[in-house]
Amino acid sequence: MGLSTLLRLRTRRQYLLVRAYRRRRQLTPVADRTASLPAHPILLFSTVRNESVRLPYFLSYYRRLGIDHFLIVDNGSDDGTREYLARQPDVSVWTTAAGYKQSRFGMDWMTYLLGRYGHGRWCLTVDADEFFIYPFCETRPLRALTDWLDSAETPSFAAMMLDMYPKGAMHEQPFSEGQNPFEIAQYFDSGNYVISHNPLYRNLWIQGGPRARLFFTDRPRRAPAMNKTPLVKWHRSYAYVSSTHMLLPRRLNLVYDDQGGEKPSGVLLHAKFLDTFGAKAAEELARGEHYAESAEYRAYREAISRERDLWCNWSEKYVNWRQLEILGLMSKGNWA
Amino acid sequence: MTLGVIMLCHAALDRTAQLARHWAMHGCPVVIHVDARSPQAQFDSLRTALKDLPDIRFTRRLPCEWGTFEIVQATLEAASRMLAEFPQVDRVLLASGSCLPIKPVRALQAHLAAHPDTDFIESVTTADVGWTIGGLNEERFTLRFPFKWKSQRRLFDGYVRLQRFFRLRRRLPPGLVPHLGSQWWCLTRPTLQAILQHPDRARIDRYFKLVWIPDESYFQSLVRQVSNRIESRSLTLSKFDYQGRPYIFYDDHLHLLRQADAFIARKAWPQAQLLYDTFLTPDGDRAHAAAPSPGKINRLFAKAVERRVNGRPGLYMQSRFPIHARRGTQSAAPYGVFSGFGALVPEFKPWLSRALDARVHGHLFAFDRVQFADGETVFKGGLSDSPTLRDYNPRSFLTNLIWNTKGETQCFQFGPEDEQEIAPFIASDPNASIFVVSGAFAIPLWQSGRSAAEVRAEAARLQKVESDFIDLLKGPETKARTRIWSLTEFIENPAEPLEQLADLLNPRAAHRTGELPLLVDLHGFGSFLQDLRNQGMAPVLMGDFPSDADLALPSPPFARPRVVR
Repeated sequence: MGLSTLLRLRTRRQYLLVRAYRRRRQLTPVADRTASLPAHPILLFSTVRNESVRLPYFLSYYRRLGIDHFLIVDNGSDDGTREYLARQPDVSVWTTAAGYKQSRFGMDWMTYLLGRYGHGRWCLTVDADEFFIYPFCETRPLRALTDWLDSAETPSFAAMMLDMYPKGAMHEQPFSEGQNPFEIAQYFDSGNYVISHNPLYRNLWIQGGPRARLFFTDRPRRAPAMNKTPLVKWHRSYAYVSSTHMLLPRRLNLVYDDQGGEKPSGVLLHAKFLDTFGAKAAEELARGEHYAESAEYRAYREAISRERDLWCNWSEKYVNWRQLEILGLMSKGNWA
Repeated sequence: MTLGVIMLCHAALDRTAQLARHWAMHGCPVVIHVDARSPQAQFDSLRTALKDLPDIRFTRRLPCEWGTFEIVQATLEAASRMLAEFPQVDRVLLASGSCLPIKPVRALQAHLAAHPDTDFIESVTTADVGWTIGGLNEERFTLRFPFKWKSQRRLFDGYVRLQRFFRLRRRLPPGLVPHLGSQWWCLTRPTLQAILQHPDRARIDRYFKLVWIPDESYFQSLVRQVSNRIESRSLTLSKFDYQGRPYIFYDDHLHLLRQADAFIARKAWPQAQLLYDTFLTPDGDRAHAAAPSPGKINRLFAKAVERRVNGRPGLYMQSRFPIHARRGTQSAAPYGVFSGFGALVPEFKPWLSRALDARVHGHLFAFDRVQFADGETVFKGGLSDSPTLRDYNPRSFLTNLIWNTKGETQCFQFGPEDEQEIAPFIASDPNASIFVVSGAFAIPLWQSGRSAAEVRAEAARLQKVESDFIDLLKGPETKARTRIWSLTEFIENPAEPLEQLADLLNPRAAHRTGELPLLVDLHGFGSFLQDLRNQGMAPVLMGDFPSDADLALPSPPFARPRVVR
């Protein structure tokens, strides 16, 4: 790992930052309430498209955790998402009709907003179907975690994605606005995650869950990555490299202990597989705006027409974070 | 008896105000030192908030960087102010801005009154301290530490190395025996007076200015010279994690704090509203448990350190991925690997599962599919039977399987006809027990009915694979328990290997050889091997297999060990 690697990574990071900065003009503010941020806010960043059904629960979930302000990019919604968000007192909204794919799947917009508003603050970057779970999340607000990370001088926190799914076909249990999606998608795969180490970025690459089990049995390498680092005390020189899977500078990816100990970590419950999924998959496929030419969605469509039940005999029913910690999907580390 | 409280504060000054008021309301004069680095505005509002209380004083604000003498200096100044301005005070407690009284103040006062002339201060000689961080123990006193650990780390480390290299040592002030202990103490007026008016004080202060973390040693050492009765235990519950940071108490620790035997807890999260509301009532928390059970809180934090330092063995996850682990990488629980038994003993799997009370899989690493027990297509944890998924990361597959089934011993068949990539991991895993009957791979070839000429190449390939596997098992990297029998050894006395493996994997099993499974009828296998030899292959792993004439077969169920021949 020589100087040339370091230079290459540095160049890569600067490229990402410049790219994000150049794309700032694609964002038109709809409601900018960032002037009224409290001191030391915890911020949430997200890119959404036609999420009016999910957003009410999403916002209430994260308000309860203690997010002080939401910074959301609306990517050309036509279902009232933008208007709904603009009405919320703790949400700032930008809108853009530019291509999701050309914006590195929204990450250019996120990187710009993170650098502009997240500098020196704790920032959670999630999608509208990702719900952050961390140790003691039932009894301690998010600020307890960020204060503790501050005292430990830890700038980033891992939360692996956990695909949640219902028992039975997805369309059998319709999801309604404001509902907790995990009343329907109660199940997850507890122990089929494969991990490899990426020596260049020093992150762990995790794949598995129901998608790998059902849709990628013949080409496991293409199965979606589940590792994420959504919570970061941001600095304007940081950049997400690929979705929120990895970061530069790469020390931010050292969210794991390689000597045998456990660092604290959380989970992002992924509420993707609801009755809304079929329509979403068809739309995304038509737009072709997703990762790897929507190979993921194509795989789903093929598989889903045959088999829409992700549930199996060994699916675990979600209870709480302690269950996930016992199963070894997340850890309290030395936070007691 | 009057208790005075010195508070050293730097952040969350609103809580400081609340705490100071609590002490003052119980008749305790309070002297507050606020770190010079805290914003002036916050300091001013603290003063304003406490304006109505007569017995509160503020001392000169010094910048207290962690590990420096300023903290001791601030404490000394606050102490002399306390003694000078409040003559009624005869006990002085040192607390921080986040030290929460978890027992009624009256209980603390009663405790002190019951122990007159006693100084409560943890004070341990450097030789007996097990908790210091960073390996600096005695050297705190014998080296010089002019640089700050937090902001000048390189200089700090470099200067330590330099002094070690030249073996530079400081001379201790005469009569001083270094002691260490918790920063938070409760001393009597005479003791504190004696320290403040120590005849050698100037020299001692000069000495401690270059000691590292003097707040853990200044009073702890001097008290040994001046005190008559030391109770070496702090009244403040203060737990440190493995990096020397204090643990923080949250609302969900309330029930634990009620069972603690200390009077004060450090440190409470400033926003732990429930803790402050509960313990800062006028009488303190009246509901605290009658029977203290401090072990619980100790266990909680000991477990947290254990989890952070060693983790759960065999777990591979997003925040635990041992690459450089000292004790090697391994799986979560013992498991058995069986090579060759399936071909020799048709009923091997059901027998093994009865004998060991274990889950017995088929060939987990077969090329065509993962043969989970009972032919399941998905196994515990959501493991798929797809060989492509398994071969994508065979190690994760196996460690997942063992982790998912903790509490139930796993066994599987493994042979030269399987995917071999996992072999080095199994061999290096101390949790694996590997039993091999070498050469048994030829039995299915023989049973297939094909001629020796047809299977020769296949037999040679399998023999090569198996002999590589056996070499691996005999290699220096192997940490698994291994037992290897040649086919000939096995059929000469089949009961012994079977008993051995049952004993090894399930030592507590009461049952013995009682029922042993039937062996496959090997009549004709000898000539098959001879045919292979005639075709130019050298079947060596089977051992010196007897010719058909010597085999007293078909074999009856062997109820007791017997030797054929």
